[in-house]
Amino acid sequence: MRPVYVAGFAELPHLLQDNLLDEPEMVQRVTAAALADAGLGRDDVGFTCSGSNDYVMGRPFSFATALDGLGAWPPIRESHVEMDGAWALYEAWVRLQHGDVDVALAYGFGKSSLGSVEAVRTLELDPYSLAPLGIGPLPLAALQARALLDAGLATEADFAAVVERSRRDGNRNHTAPMTEAMSAAHALTLPYISSPLRGHDGPVRTDGAAAIVLSTEPVGPRIAGISHCIDAHQPGFRDLTVSRSIATAAAAAGGTSGVDVVELHVEYSSQEGIVLRALGLDSSVSVSPSGGALVANTPMVAGLCRIGHAANAVRGGAKRALAHATSGPLLQHNLICILEPA
Amino acid sequence: MELTSPFTLEYAYKRSLGPVLSRFFTALRDGRLEGVRTATGRVLFPPLEYDPDTGEDVGEPVEVGPGGVVTAWTAAPPPGEAWVLVRLDGADTAMLHRFTGDPASLETGLRVTARLAEQRVGFITDIAGFEVEA
Repeated sequence: MRPVYVAGFAELPHLLQDNLLDEPEMVQRVTAAALADAGLGRDDVGFTCSGSNDYVMGRPFSFATALDGLGAWPPIRESHVEMDGAWALYEAWVRLQHGDVDVALAYGFGKSSLGSVEAVRTLELDPYSLAPLGIGPLPLAALQARALLDAGLATEADFAAVVERSRRDGNRNHTAPMTEAMSAAHALTLPYISSPLRGHDGPVRTDGAAAIVLSTEPVGPRIAGISHCIDAHQPGFRDLTVSRSIATAAAAAGGTSGVDVVELHVEYSSQEGIVLRALGLDSSVSVSPSGGALVANTPMVAGLCRIGHAANAVRGGAKRALAHATSGPLLQHNLICILEPA
Repeated sequence: MELTSPFTLEYAYKRSLGPVLSRFFTALRDGRLEGVRTATGRVLFPPLEYDPDTGEDVGEPVEVGPGGVVTAWTAAPPPGEAWVLVRLDGADTAMLHRFTGDPASLETGLRVTARLAEQRVGFITDIAGFEVEA
């Protein structure tokens, strides 16, 4: 494989409601910041790929509108995935393997505040047997959490501990929104929204954008391995307490030996243990020091941000950082990207 | 001043169900719960056009249920919704649906039964929900 490096990363502050910037303005700011971080200009980019979701943005071809923010003239080579920006980065990485392009730009954007992400998630389910039932993402995650409790693999106190740590770390990360500090002991006294999950077990949904510049020059953390795998869509067709797709993707990305930092795309506190076990890791590694996707969950951006924060961890001295991105219900589809010093 | 405009978020196209799901929904409309058997002998319910483990086509329909066992559940505080994953008798997979009985009775391993809607149209909601087996 052709070595690929993270040359630059930028994210906009994840805001509960961004009333200031529209899509082109978000994309303009964040891609310009990522290119500045890489010390590169727009004309250096040979391929661009974005991740966004028209249902979240509430209009068809919103990604085409957002291209105005790139200044895509004269015409550029460009693609889009209706997925988290982490998968846009994967396409950019594949494109760099072709050998004729040396710099690629991946970005994602999304706004939770424009509508109901919960309703969009419901509509993303199998249209025949799941979506018409109208189950929201939190009750769905609660079924997985119940399976964990029943299997003796977790306790509600474990879920609460993830919330406490994520909020503490997120409140130290200037790009994450401030959240009310929450001790695990206090969290456990709050009422269920859908048992055994409470409101804080779900994500803080935000607006924002992120961008990563990839280069074949060794100017930043090296992508040591990247892969993605998918499980069956139907929750009732899988053992919800494990993730075969994460384990398979991690092995294909080179394995987790020596990993000292992980940035996990965990949308419900109950899922963190599943991801760590599938990776063969435990809480002795630094887990989502950015606060993670629980406290700054911008749709179509949260996964790309995990790769950006893992790259920042390597820039800060980590030896081997692992980023995880997820898509689909209950950790159905998972991407693993492992970063090492150049 | 706030400007508002009506907007309907929808797919602008229709899709036919295909042979496997057409058979499933036709049977459901007629009051029968039919899964499908894979080449490895597993019975998938609700049916899928392919074996999710191998990608192979699936085979003949297999009647399942209407009784089954709860493999996972969740309930919102009353009067909120309750949901169950139910593995129907004769099936190897679980289906997601509403639990319409008393949420206080819910536990993993509970025996439940599908309650069919009186007016059925060939839609997943022809199963009105699951309730505790008598």
